Amino acid sequence: MDAKDILGLPKNSFPAAQEKKPRPPKDSQRKPDGVSREVYALTGGMAPLMPSIEVSHLKKRPNSEKEKITWQWLSFTSSARTDNLQLYHWVRVVNGVPPTGDYSFAKYNKSVDILRYTDEEYEKHLIDPMWTKEETDQLFDLCERFDLRFIVIADRFPSSRSVEELKSRYYSVNRALLIARAPSPSDVSGHPLVKEPYNMVHEIERKRALSAVLSQTKQQERRDAEILAEAKRIMESRMASKSAEDAEMPVNPTGNETEKATAPAESVSPSTNIHPSSSTAAPATATTESASTPASLRMLRVYLRTHVLDQMVQAASSTAGLRTIKRVDQTLQDLGVHVKPKVPTKAVCAEHLELRKEILTLLNLQKQLQNKEAEASANRDSSYAEAPSTPKRSYRADVDRPFVPDSVGFGGERAAKRDHKRKAPGRFIDAPPSPPQSKRPRKLKASD
Amino acid sequence: MPPTSPKKHGGEQQPDTNSGQKSQRSKAARVSDDAADKKTRRLKDAEISFPIVYGTISFWLGKKASEFNSHKWTVYVRSATNEDLSVIIKRAVFQLHPSFNNPTRVVESAPFELSESGWGEFEIAITLFFHNDVCDKQLDLYHQLKLYPEDDNGPQSTKKPVVVETYDEIVFSEPTEAFFLRVQNHPAAFVPRLPAGLNLPLPGPIEHVNEKKRGDTKDHPLSQWFMNFSEADELLKLAAARQQVQAHIVKLRRQLSMIDGLPQQSKTASARSNRFYDEGRTRG
Repeated sequence: MDAKDILGLPKNSFPAAQEKKPRPPKDSQRKPDGVSREVYALTGGMAPLMPSIEVSHLKKRPNSEKEKITWQWLSFTSSARTDNLQLYHWVRVVNGVPPTGDYSFAKYNKSVDILRYTDEEYEKHLIDPMWTKEETDQLFDLCERFDLRFIVIADRFPSSRSVEELKSRYYSVNRALLIARAPSPSDVSGHPLVKEPYNMVHEIERKRALSAVLSQTKQQERRDAEILAEAKRIMESRMASKSAEDAEMPVNPTGNETEKATAPAESVSPSTNIHPSSSTAAPATATTESASTPASLRMLRVYLRTHVLDQMVQAASSTAGLRTIKRVDQTLQDLGVHVKPKVPTKAVCAEHLELRKEILTLLNLQKQLQNKEAEASANRDSSYAEAPSTPKRSYRADVDRPFVPDSVGFGGERAAKRDHKRKAPGRFIDAPPSPPQSKRPRKLKASD
Repeated sequence: MPPTSPKKHGGEQQPDTNSGQKSQRSKAARVSDDAADKKTRRLKDAEISFPIVYGTISFWLGKKASEFNSHKWTVYVRSATNEDLSVIIKRAVFQLHPSFNNPTRVVESAPFELSESGWGEFEIAITLFFHNDVCDKQLDLYHQLKLYPEDDNGPQSTKKPVVVETYDEIVFSEPTEAFFLRVQNHPAAFVPRLPAGLNLPLPGPIEHVNEKKRGDTKDHPLSQWFMNFSEADELLKLAAARQQVQAHIVKLRRQLSMIDGLPQQSKTASARSNRFYDEGRTRG
């Protein structure tokens, strides 16, 4: 082929290297009729496996059909219409025979079957103090006319009634009729209307609640989400403590849970004076720790200290996402503490757990602080261009890793720097005549 | 003999009463008539823990190493203070890789260890069964056998083994009274706090148990390789870390409260400067 010529490869290379079918060399020289060689080469030099268009058909295809088709402008009627209006349209006529049958779209004309009552039935079953017979009749007429589209019906209804009232009347009438007409109550008890009657009050409430949810402000949404997360966390911690319990539970498990909440507060004070010997540290923490042993652990009878620690770590970080857990681990490493203690004695495990909780608190506070800063700066940014943004940016950079070991002095210096920078915009605010363009020389105005 | 021993369950062995390592509170001995009562009654709010160390030590066989037998190793469970663990452990079952003959090895007495030789690293499952008065449930431990050292730069030496040990503590919560009394003086046990109201027997005179097989690992042939686990280090580091974190928290709280004081200021300020900015634009 041409490509091979260009590449300088021999034309008839080893046959196995080519297509699997043994291609006779005449293919490359022969060109099929009616198609130029290059075009044919586009197919890969082979005829297509399945011809898309039969070439013979392209040439000879007069209308050698047996049938004779014409199109005629004919009139038609539709069974969907109540008047006998005759309209016209194009019709495909085969051999002079126009098509029979109804208008093809008439089958889509569906309507709802509305029960109608006789006056007798009305007197017997359907009297309602809130509704006159006239209104009820009107309602039913509209229902039939508008196929139970209650919004439209409510709009058309002569006296003003709410959608729920109309629905309530309609469904209660239907229900009464069903029950009255049924040969026996059991026949009709399976009917959904009989089983669950329309409850107007409930519907009004539901719609109100729905619109309230839809129109909640962002703040409300956030608050709701927080409360739900809190509730979930409480539920989960309750489940965690109940999961290992059998039918015979110790006397007051609920007392344990409240104790667990207060115990961490107590255990901070004993741990502030740590002595190297375990025996003196142990009694101090043990008094609070054994009181706070979750009920589930007691049922285990025998367990490894590390199992307990893992469970407690998981329970403590159940609300935190995976990223937060990773950040806690990272912080532990930065502080020089093993993520899993090497010597997990009771005291060590307790300390470790407390440390983790404190780190979580720290991370939460940092996030809050970031959010607050972002909000505050959003206010400031709208007023003037750049001044506050630079100090903010540098602040954010060092918030994520507070315990970088080779630090910029931990603590005091950094706080001082931040305060200093925050004061700068404050000073700006106090001096309105100097516009903020000073940092962007392009924007210097003549008025300066 | 310790004063309460006649009341104990007959089948248990006498505990070592070497109690020099722990500070014990001693109260007057309580005379109890009903030994069965002690076996079933559980001490609420009490727990006993046994610090243990489990792991493997493996030696390269050097010249004698073949393709399928390159290392000899020992897996064991020992007390962290090298005391005798048979006070609580009835037997230990080591579950080895299925390629070993009889991969389930049972060790009925202290020291609870198993030596083997092989070429591959795998996870060993150790199941501890306790005496009847201790606990009905078994405890599972898992350990990854390590034959090859971390840094595979230098050639392996037959003298220096690869040691991997894990420290942990077996905690028995709400022990039965009988069990508690039996072991609370044992050096392998650690009793953090004695339950209120329990009168303890006085610790008896020291017994010499030279006639029996040594169950402790103090003079174990491999004891030179045992690692030391110091709680003090870890506690110090944790305390230091907590202090840092707490200080940081205090700082952040201060900052947060400062920011909460700011918003009014910035809002009015921004209103003012907004007006100014707009005026400036129209003027310009």
